Amino acid sequence: MSKQSFDTNKSWDALLRLLNLIALIVICIIIYIPVKPSIDRYMNRPRYNKEELKKMSVARSQELSNDWDRVEKGIHVQTGMVYDSNFKHIQSHCLSCHSSKLITQNRADRAGWKSMIRWMQKTQGLHDLSDSEPRILDYLSKHYAPKEVGRRPNIDMKELEWYLLQG
Amino acid sequence: MKNKRRKFLKESLKTSFGILLGADVIYENFLPKNMLPIAILEDIVFSSLPGKSDLLKVLNDRPINAETPPHLLNDMLTPNNLFFVRNNGIPPENIDPKNWSIKVEGESAKSSKVYTINSLKENFDVVSRNLTLECGGNGRKEFNPPAKGNQWSTGAVGCAKWTGVRLKDVINDVGIKGNAVYVGYYGSDTHLSGDPNKNTISRGVPIAKALEAESMIAWSMNDQDIPLLNGYPLRLVFGGYPASCSGKWLSKIVIRDRVHDGQKMSGASYRIPCDPVAPGAKVKDEDLCIIEDMPVKSLVTYPKTGAIIKQNQTLPINGKAWTSSESISKVEYSINFGKTWSPCELSSAQNRYEWQAFSAEIKFEKVGYYEVWARATDSLGDTQPIILPGWNPKGYLNNACHRIAIKVEN
Repeated sequence: MSKQSFDTNKSWDALLRLLNLIALIVICIIIYIPVKPSIDRYMNRPRYNKEELKKMSVARSQELSNDWDRVEKGIHVQTGMVYDSNFKHIQSHCLSCHSSKLITQNRADRAGWKSMIRWMQKTQGLHDLSDSEPRILDYLSKHYAPKEVGRRPNIDMKELEWYLLQG
Repeated sequence: MKNKRRKFLKESLKTSFGILLGADVIYENFLPKNMLPIAILEDIVFSSLPGKSDLLKVLNDRPINAETPPHLLNDMLTPNNLFFVRNNGIPPENIDPKNWSIKVEGESAKSSKVYTINSLKENFDVVSRNLTLECGGNGRKEFNPPAKGNQWSTGAVGCAKWTGVRLKDVINDVGIKGNAVYVGYYGSDTHLSGDPNKNTISRGVPIAKALEAESMIAWSMNDQDIPLLNGYPLRLVFGGYPASCSGKWLSKIVIRDRVHDGQKMSGASYRIPCDPVAPGAKVKDEDLCIIEDMPVKSLVTYPKTGAIIKQNQTLPINGKAWTSSESISKVEYSINFGKTWSPCELSSAQNRYEWQAFSAEIKFEKVGYYEVWARATDSLGDTQPIILPGWNPKGYLNNACHRIAIKVEN
């Protein structure tokens, strides 16, 4: 083997090493790009200890297994609304669009609820309620009617939780 | 030589493959350690409000509306996770702050320009201001006859340090024609119905308000990203006006030659009778006027209502007071249902529209049930009523004095 061919081989080897290295880097990049969001998501995950996770998973599975139609003490559990024979009309016409909380936190007489329905029909794309409308109004004006509280209600003693303030 | 080369090639291929496999294995290994499949984990995280404390009281979950109990507003700057949420639609998803841009245009704009958040940072003075935001409907719950909408108690208010640029610098850069009347906004949230052609809310402010030194386009809240539910990555902030003017997920600003006519600028939305009406009165749309300045108001933020103390104990109280006028000039408290009022210590604000802290030490002569009432007065001499202020169809602007219950025992 002449000195020259030895040198050629050597530089050929060096070139191959370089090509290998480049291939390696390219492969790394190709792999990293699709995996990166998952790694980021994992690194930024909410941290919980085992106890918390267990509690959450139990709570979640209980929640999932709860029957949609469960009623306790006259209250439909999933929605927090009063349950009676007209409730199904609320469920199908109202709750498919908005939260039950929008109803339960409000109070109005029959005319007031009717004007809210008209407003939703005029501006929010609510459909014609046809035969269900009087039943919906019966339900709302019966269970979610205003109370007379005067110019300013008392501080709500039922909601108040007394506690000892440490001095 | 040939063999050596092959071996080298083989080795390096194995290494690359090793990385491939390794990455896969590492990634696979991540998951079982969580104990729960990631999908369930995410579901749990997102079933409460993203970026928000569970201590907020959720009034509505579609759209999200949640308020802060008064005793959690004791910080000078309301922490991001405790700041109230009043959403009208569904916040945008997959937000890319690097490419987020706003367009500024309109009949009364001399040009039309697009700014990314970076170009705002580069082209204009970056400023920080402590600004109080309060929903126009805060306190609606107490109106009688009741008004429809989210039944806010006292907690649709908060004060944060906002960092961004002055709105006036940006609209001056675009150029304002002499006939400009109003500045309106559009945001990137979507209507509850999912209809992409419907705006959820598009309000604004008179041009003079837009040009105030404290009117901002902000990208940071308390030196952090703005929470998603509060308008990440960019929003308007106007202190002293209903918070609905401070558009979130800001995508467009319009300089108008008329009063802006976007969603929730007309009808009964954010409007009150131009002339006072009796409770329960029917008011025609044309007799309603847009709410501008918010009234003077205060909250007792310490102690939490329901405190029981011993008769020899002194009760320290803390609170916050805010106004759309220059400043709060005094805060008083009463423990005898308004018969007599005593002054509170009052701090000054760093800038206009920051709320001001007040405090007092209260002694009780006798045992029994008490209410601590707080009443602020501003630089215009306006003060808070102890019963409800003027009734209006949608229940806005309730600034009746805040009350907490106290029991004094032997």
